[in-house]
Amino acid sequence: MIRVENLVKKYGRLVVSNGLNCRFEEGKITVILGGSGSGKSTLLRQLTGLERSDSGCVYFDGVDLTCASKKKLYEKRKKMGMLFQGSALFNYLNIFENIAFPLREHTRIAENVIKTIVTMKLEMVGLRGTENLMPSQLSGGMTKRVGLARAIVMDPKVIFYDEPTSGLDPISTGVIDKLIKDLNTKLNITSVVVSHDIESCFRIADKIIILFSGDIIAQGTVEEIKNSKDLRVKQFINGEPEGPIPFTRTDKNYLDELLTG
Amino acid sequence: MKFDILAYIGRFTLKRVQVLGQSGVFLLVAFYQAFLPPFRIRRLLKEIEFIGSKSFLIVFVTGLFTGLVLGLQGYHTLTQFGAEALLGSAVALSIIRELGPVLCALMVTGRAGSAIASQIGIMKITDQFPALEMMAIDPVKYVISPKILAGIISLPLLTAVFDVVGIMGGYLVGVKLLGVNEGAYFGKMVTSVTFTDIYGGILKSLSFGLLIAWISSFMGFTADPTTEGVSAATTNAVVITSLSILIVDYILTSLLL
Repeated sequence: MIRVENLVKKYGRLVVSNGLNCRFEEGKITVILGGSGSGKSTLLRQLTGLERSDSGCVYFDGVDLTCASKKKLYEKRKKMGMLFQGSALFNYLNIFENIAFPLREHTRIAENVIKTIVTMKLEMVGLRGTENLMPSQLSGGMTKRVGLARAIVMDPKVIFYDEPTSGLDPISTGVIDKLIKDLNTKLNITSVVVSHDIESCFRIADKIIILFSGDIIAQGTVEEIKNSKDLRVKQFINGEPEGPIPFTRTDKNYLDELLTG
Repeated sequence: MKFDILAYIGRFTLKRVQVLGQSGVFLLVAFYQAFLPPFRIRRLLKEIEFIGSKSFLIVFVTGLFTGLVLGLQGYHTLTQFGAEALLGSAVALSIIRELGPVLCALMVTGRAGSAIASQIGIMKITDQFPALEMMAIDPVKYVISPKILAGIISLPLLTAVFDVVGIMGGYLVGVKLLGVNEGAYFGKMVTSVTFTDIYGGILKSLSFGLLIAWISSFMGFTADPTTEGVSAATTNAVVITSLSILIVDYILTSLLL
């Protein structure tokens, strides 16, 4: 479904994508794991064409998004749904209008049909009855579910999730995980999840890609990752503070820096 | 040390020129997008409601009191020369040429300009622009273009309201309170106000409407995605728009006279 080839992205001298190669299979859930600053969110933004890459290609459904025209990109975007980290609901519209928004913009569906579709999507995320509330009246977990309902309202082929469970309590995390899994199995939607939540990742993933400072250090099934011999992978999935992945950011020697003042 | 200052000035200037260029491109894109289908009449009407009708009361009150005070001041100055019959033309000319467009624009800047900047800034902080992008909707076309058009449409209308209310304010004080002859008040006005004055006023208000929507939107759109960033953008929107209005007013006046 999505194929990434030699993708490179730099911010000044900081390399955030260092020649990445990976595939996101149709109908599968692929989780991109990595610590903060590992370049996983930037990868997601490049996969969706929100950010231009410096070089390399992202093939989405056969079209290279890195050099596609705006028209072509927008055409492909209609097949994508995205759940943002902060849900990105429109704060001036109520829940119903938020979910109906893409339908109103891109289709000429009659009002009663829109109502039916929105009700169905809200039922899928278990929030029927909240239609007239404003986004600010919902909890974090609930706004994520509304965001998800909005992401699937156009029946996309692929859904991108940007840290869907960060900042949620364990039950909400479980609910979101189940929703991601359900959407994948029931509607055969390809899912790309960016996360640093190891437990939830092991629950839902068909394939895991682990990023570390702009490089893919491992990719494979849950079992393959769990049994990985790579010390960095082990450190990451066990959450150990000491290991090959450094805690500090600077390359300077601590003692040197203290002594030279 | 000397070169440090030079380098600083250079960097400062380059940065400013860059921002100026960016804002120019921003305006061009927003304007161009406004005339591409699909046309969003509903969005435009909503923005006109926000910038225009919701500023009605504040413009009305400002216009009224400007007229009242002009009537009072004008009368006391003009009676010293026995020329109080000229009160009507004095009030009308100063309001139509200068005070109407400028004061009206400054009031709208304070009310709507700040709101535009903070609204766009908050949309930016909360990822609503990439969300629009992901729904295959151009954020500039959807959010910015209607605001720019609404600014250009609303300001001349508000200024017209300001002008009428201001002239009536002068009438209330001059004629009803201080006893200037009613026929003289309106008669002198009709003979001294030319169409050039009225066109000039409309031209000014059109430009101010554009300035308000453009600068405020640009400030919000380029705000740092933090709370400080949005509050700075809101302040800058009001300050820079107000100053630009006064500067552009001088330039336009010198061209029109």
